[in-house]
Amino acid sequence: MNKARTNPLNAFAMHGALILYTLIALFPVFVILINSFKTRKAIFREPLALPDADSFSMIGYQTALKQGDFFLYFQNSLIVTVASLALVLLFGAMAAYALSEYRFKGNTLMGLYLALGIMIPIRIGTVAILEMMVATGLVNTLWALILVYTAQGLPLAVFILSEFMKQVSDDLKNAGRIDGLSEYTIFFRLVLPLVRPAMATVAVFNMIPIWNDLWFPLILAPAEETKTLTLGSQVFIGQFVTDWNAVLSALSMAILPVLILYVIFSRQLIRGITSGAVK
Amino acid sequence: MTKPRVRWHIAVFLAPAVLIYSAVMIFPLFNTLRLALYSRVDQERIFTGLDNFRTLFFDPIWAEQFWNALGNNFWFFLVHMLVQNPIGIALAAILSHPRLRFAALYRSAIFIPTILSFVIIGFAWKLILSPIWGIAPSMLDAVGLKSLFAPWLGKEEYALTTLALISVWQFVGIPMMLIYAALLSIPEEILEAGEIDGITGLAAFWKIKLPLILPSIGIISILTFVGNFNAFDLIYASQGALAGPDYSTDILGTFMYRTFFGFQLQLGDPHMGSAIAGAMFAIILVGVCIYLFGIQTRMRRYQL
Repeated sequence: MNKARTNPLNAFAMHGALILYTLIALFPVFVILINSFKTRKAIFREPLALPDADSFSMIGYQTALKQGDFFLYFQNSLIVTVASLALVLLFGAMAAYALSEYRFKGNTLMGLYLALGIMIPIRIGTVAILEMMVATGLVNTLWALILVYTAQGLPLAVFILSEFMKQVSDDLKNAGRIDGLSEYTIFFRLVLPLVRPAMATVAVFNMIPIWNDLWFPLILAPAEETKTLTLGSQVFIGQFVTDWNAVLSALSMAILPVLILYVIFSRQLIRGITSGAVK
Repeated sequence: MTKPRVRWHIAVFLAPAVLIYSAVMIFPLFNTLRLALYSRVDQERIFTGLDNFRTLFFDPIWAEQFWNALGNNFWFFLVHMLVQNPIGIALAAILSHPRLRFAALYRSAIFIPTILSFVIIGFAWKLILSPIWGIAPSMLDAVGLKSLFAPWLGKEEYALTTLALISVWQFVGIPMMLIYAALLSIPEEILEAGEIDGITGLAAFWKIKLPLILPSIGIISILTFVGNFNAFDLIYASQGALAGPDYSTDILGTFMYRTFFGFQLQLGDPHMGSAIAGAMFAIILVGVCIYLFGIQTRMRRYQL
């Protein structure tokens, strides 16, 4: 056995470093969450203490829920994220299948064309996107956001999914063809279920940037009824800067849904990233 | 012989993705570049060629803002490259150690800031660093360094670096995960062969693992570059569209937003906004080309 690999001192140092960094990573989130449950006095007197019977207060949440329509914001974010993900996955998988399964003229060129968007951020085209949304009357609708996020997510989705679809066995598809299944049935019934893990990877990759985006909601859908949670909390906090209870509660309300989703999906996410989907 | 029939299903499979992608991404991209060549004069859009770019680069008022934003953006990028990526690599190297316990737990915890939005991060740090609340000064006091405290986000000379470090804190998870994946894919035999030759521990990292993960470091660098040069959210959320104090945290994203959308007394100008977008496009394109042709093709890849 090798000494360096089992040295207890080494293990101690490694855990020390990791614990230190974990504390640095979690500290701000922790401070925000505990202080959102405290009275104003307690927030300032002992910012690092846990809320107890004396200092416990939900006043911040009451203000935030009364003044800002957080349920609506949350609902908007949810609609935009889920709809964009569904479109990215469906259309991305269809295009990936066409590129990986069939040989046709311009296949490589089409692949390259679709891959352009992986490196070039869609924000560069904002001016013209806004102009187009104004012209089509989609400004201040959730559709504007859904379309933009779908376009933004497609390049990487096509790229990752076509890598995976190349691994689906030809025999299976040919067996389907001999049985007289149409190309569409083969895709939806045979191929899609087999690339489900890859689809999940694409979904988690796209979910976080869509949910957290501030730029496009700010520019394309800033109206009260189409605000997403990210924009909604930004505006709310901007208005209530001096009401620390409300600000801390609004921040916590924005953190909690993401944190819960993360706890549920973290294994999928980490497996997705480390499975080498991004090479 | 009959002509090969048209395979419509290929078109059907491709159409939705290609249509949306072309209409919402590629077309606006080029349309924005085209709009940069126009100006609005008396409610009318007229073609002015490269005038907007001339204004942007040489007109004293515009040029000062532009070069300031560009310089800040490079500093922002540099801080990420020098702090975020080394920390990410170090964490990944520790995490990938074969006999480390709780690795999954550490990994998930360190990744948490990455999943939170810039708005949350920006405000959370603003509160923590705020001299009113006093968490940062009292913590420094506890270790006897209170004299080091300054309202970092409010001082011109520190604000940008502070924001860059906040962004580093948030995104360390990404290089960590990607490098971690690369390290796991290194076959055990190679490391064992090294051990037999007496290369272990840190030496194994520098001499065996690091050369093998260089391609991943290249990818991370270009991702960081693209991400930093279209960053906007964090600075907007914590410093506002004016990127204060006195534009010291202004980067290309906030500059473009202010120009294109207008802010307070300044009227929005889509054409100048497009010109800035054009400049950003050029910078990102140059960066991506340097990576693709200058770095990626020259990097030695090892068959594993």
